[in-house]
Amino acid sequence: MLLKVRGLSKSFDGLQAVTDVDFDLPQGEVRALIGPNGAGKTTLVGMICGRISPTSGTVTFDGEDITRLPAHKRIMKGMAYTFQITSIFPRLPVKENVALAARRRLHGNAVGTATAEALGRVGLEAQADEDAGNLSYGHQRLLEIAMGLVQVPRLLILDEPTQGLSEGEIDAFKALIRALAGETTILLIEHNMKVVMETADTVSVLNFGEMLAEGTPQQIHENADVQAAYLGTG
Amino acid sequence: MNMGGRVLGLHLGLLVVLFALQFVLPAYHHGNIARIMVLASYAVGYNILFGYTGLLSLGHALFFAAGMYGMGLTIQHAGFTPAPALIVGIVAGSLVAGGLALLALRTAGVAFMIVTLMFAQAGYLTILYFGEYTRGDEGFVIQQAQRVLWGIDLSDPTARYFAAWGLFSVCFLLSLWLVQSRFGRTLIAIRENEERVRMLGYDTYAHKLGAMVVSGTISAAAGAFYGLLFGYAGATFGSVQYSIFPLLWVLLGGAGTVLGPFVGTLFMFYLIDLSSGVTSAYMLIAGVALVALTLFAPQGLTGEVRRRLWKGLP
Repeated sequence: MLLKVRGLSKSFDGLQAVTDVDFDLPQGEVRALIGPNGAGKTTLVGMICGRISPTSGTVTFDGEDITRLPAHKRIMKGMAYTFQITSIFPRLPVKENVALAARRRLHGNAVGTATAEALGRVGLEAQADEDAGNLSYGHQRLLEIAMGLVQVPRLLILDEPTQGLSEGEIDAFKALIRALAGETTILLIEHNMKVVMETADTVSVLNFGEMLAEGTPQQIHENADVQAAYLGTG
Repeated sequence: MNMGGRVLGLHLGLLVVLFALQFVLPAYHHGNIARIMVLASYAVGYNILFGYTGLLSLGHALFFAAGMYGMGLTIQHAGFTPAPALIVGIVAGSLVAGGLALLALRTAGVAFMIVTLMFAQAGYLTILYFGEYTRGDEGFVIQQAQRVLWGIDLSDPTARYFAAWGLFSVCFLLSLWLVQSRFGRTLIAIRENEERVRMLGYDTYAHKLGAMVVSGTISAAAGAFYGLLFGYAGATFGSVQYSIFPLLWVLLGGAGTVLGPFVGTLFMFYLIDLSSGVTSAYMLIAGVALVALTLFAPQGLTGEVRRRLWKGLP
């Protein structure tokens, strides 16, 4: 098991954002994490990658308890995180954005090679020298993904990567995830059910901070509790 | 010539021009340029923290004074010769910068400005408190006989110019190299978006700590040389105005550019120098020029050149 979460909870001043979540992610799987707005998805992955410290519970990555590790050390251990709200270096060139991510594990010429390759995978080679802030919103999302890819993470956490992308860009994103599926483990927070159905091996559903259901996309699609949660009749 | 070659050419070119100027300048400007080069070294140090890392310190006079007094007091009271005294000054600056960094980096933004300002004030008051040794506001003169480094009399204008040029060259080239290194590029990224840098797996705290030590060490070197070359150490150099000066120089010259600190120091020095020749209300002229510059070239002189003409200028 690459990632193991036990009894993870977080409360913000009495607001219970995540309650006693258990969660396992085997090596090599593409897992989608879905749930209505405010279900606690971003809080949960924030605790997994160390941006938010949990009120209680443990996070184990590759057999090691990382609950108390600061975020940058978890990233060093092979996690990569892309932000829900685009977080890039707008005043730096696109390739420097990716090179910064690459330089943490590579040296010398390998940085340039890895940067070019990551930009190629998301289709941003032509924009490599532009300032990242001049890219369209969709391209900035792709840049975030390239910054994740170039780290060659063992666990890639994507927080709503397709938000605001056009249909064509979403298709390209789905192809990218499918291509990555064999290489790395992916935790995907996603609202777009088409993307979830077509890319995820398994789906976890979070509702009011609790794990509501887990299963294949098909099982989740047919799950009455999930339907109730999404339709608000539960 | 490729990009890196042009950048190196421009920066080395400035050093060559400064070296050559020494043979043609009249005595008055010759002395000014020597002084400007030492002060610009101070600004180079300030720029590492402010311009490249995005941390606005209001306490750099503490480091400048640590260098100056580390050098001056050991010459005055311990009978040191200039070389070891300079080293004491520089090491003192590094230690003070490291110590302050450990405390001040627990804060950010406005709190960081206030904490650095307060510690610098405490340093200034410490200089006054130990007036018996430091001579407080009045300061003390470092005698000509105490300023002979390896047989070179640093009170001689030519030797002084070369020493100032040497100091500036080292600080300037160090900063040029630093900001293009992995460490420096990470600092720039921290300035642009610290949270993203952290989530790329970098220890941003350690990087900021390193930046503050480098910045404080260069500032201390400038302070130590200033005291030695101009033969005087006084509490004024630890006062708040000496924390504001490098900020102004860097802002005017272009924060986050390698050339900016020198350009800003030169510009402001001669702005005050020339306007005081015209009127006794020279600060008014200087003030208007500064306001105009912040309105029309908010990124500073070199920053404006970079924006309009030379995008990749480090």
